[in-house]
Amino acid sequence: MTSLPRHETPKKLGLVIDLDVCVGCHACVVACKEWNTGGYGATLSDQQPYGADVSGAWLNRVHGYEVMPDNSDGVVIGEAGEARVVHFPKSCLHCEDAPCVTVCPTGASYKREEDGIVLVDEDKCIGCGLCAWSCPYGAREMDLAAGVMKKCTLCIDRIYNETLEEVDRVPSCVRTCPTNARHFGDLADPTSEVSQMVAERGGFDLMPEQGTRPVNKYLPPRPRTPLSACAQPAVEDTADAAGFFGWVDRMLDRI
Amino acid sequence: MHPAFSIIIFTTLSGLGYGLAALLGLGLLDPAQMATKAAHVIALALIGGGLISSTLHLGNPQRAWRAFSQWRSSWLSREGVLAIFTFVPLTWSAWLAVFESRWEPVIGTAGTLLCAITVFSTSMIYASLKSIDSWHSPWTPASYLGFSAASGATATALFAALGGAESLWPFALGAAVLVAVAWAIKLGWREQTGRPPLSTPETATGLGHLGTVRELEPPHMTDNYLTREMGFRVGRKHARKLWLIASVVGCGVPVVLLIGLAVAAGAPGGAATLVSLAALASLMAGILVERWLFFAEARHAVMNYYRGQLS
Repeated sequence: MTSLPRHETPKKLGLVIDLDVCVGCHACVVACKEWNTGGYGATLSDQQPYGADVSGAWLNRVHGYEVMPDNSDGVVIGEAGEARVVHFPKSCLHCEDAPCVTVCPTGASYKREEDGIVLVDEDKCIGCGLCAWSCPYGAREMDLAAGVMKKCTLCIDRIYNETLEEVDRVPSCVRTCPTNARHFGDLADPTSEVSQMVAERGGFDLMPEQGTRPVNKYLPPRPRTPLSACAQPAVEDTADAAGFFGWVDRMLDRI
Repeated sequence: MHPAFSIIIFTTLSGLGYGLAALLGLGLLDPAQMATKAAHVIALALIGGGLISSTLHLGNPQRAWRAFSQWRSSWLSREGVLAIFTFVPLTWSAWLAVFESRWEPVIGTAGTLLCAITVFSTSMIYASLKSIDSWHSPWTPASYLGFSAASGATATALFAALGGAESLWPFALGAAVLVAVAWAIKLGWREQTGRPPLSTPETATGLGHLGTVRELEPPHMTDNYLTREMGFRVGRKHARKLWLIASVVGCGVPVVLLIGLAVAAGAPGGAATLVSLAALASLMAGILVERWLFFAEARHAVMNYYRGQLS
């Protein structure tokens, strides 16, 4: 049934992504592809993987943005204020009001009542692509070989998998992240580590104006010391040189 | 948005078919005429052909029957259910006209009503998507209904001329008015697409408080499903010219031809048929261009992650 759960789900499993920490290494992207190509549902196919025009279905992608403050003239200057590069991982946000679920004509797309994970039942999917159109985040990609829609499952075949060691029962992207920029947990529980992190750091929603109420949250980059405020290396200043180096400095000045 | 050929053909042809069937349901044409019988069959063929064409873009068309199940939440499912449901009165009406040469008001008007509701639900598939600003508006169903009525009325005028209707001018004039109204609605639709976008690269990344956000490194160097499906640039490049072509071919030419037909209503049947056929062909060509632009010009929110200003 593609209607959303009638009540708030008791658990809201999701990710918290720390934009301050991500270094844009794409390890999560590769780990996601690796796990999910052999896991839940159809393999994540690639088209012309060794050709010139490579493409394929991926459930997690890392964008890179430059954020440039405007000065008063409206001219963007790279070294003023908080100018910075932000690496930006993006995958399904497991929205509470997921438009991709309600538009599905076949009942393939659904949101789980127990933990809020948004999934696709690939045996029911006709590959019409309407769910991908309805998602403002681009979280869904069609598998062109299987003709069904693929999306992040929050590694449902890991997180409840008791044959794995407990440390591995988190999504593949979270497990692999070398900088600890990705965190997994229950965002319905205010005492959970992820909820506390969101509260402390001011975690935010992507495109709140779309009314999708994403479960996944992003933590903003921490304030940074602007380049202009950084201590300048004192290469030309020898005023405090004393002793032997002071004598060398004075002698060399005379030559 | 990528303008999928199958969807453009489906929405234009089934729009024409439903428009024609709706007007036939009102009993405007003499069911004893051969032309009216043909009109009933052609309307059903257009609707059926359009529906089959719409399944061509599916990844797994063999499961298309499942699309009838989620009518509680999905406009696409509602459209499928309504399309099948509408076939009942339309086929019944066609049977009565073709084999019994009569028109049954209750069945006919039930068909008319269902045709309108089906076209409405087709348009709501697009209008319900908040992720695409220009579609997410009441103008979208209005313009789909307008074009369906306009093309149906022009086709009705053609079959009236073919059947040698005694007074052709009300058909021609009615069609001219509906064509003009449909394009006026479309103009209103185009005006509302000038609204500021709901989402921007700043809201998409949540980094607006730091400054202007620009993509520096895309996540993939070649196109992927998202950029192929949601980003499409050819349409925007030629949008102004195409809109001009659509309005001249789809509005100017058919309105002039239909008014001419109304004025010279006493002309011999053959000429009237040719003129109304030309009006219909021109109108459909214009609607095809308009429908192509409807998709090609639409900007999807996900493009805020991909150098929004370019695609």
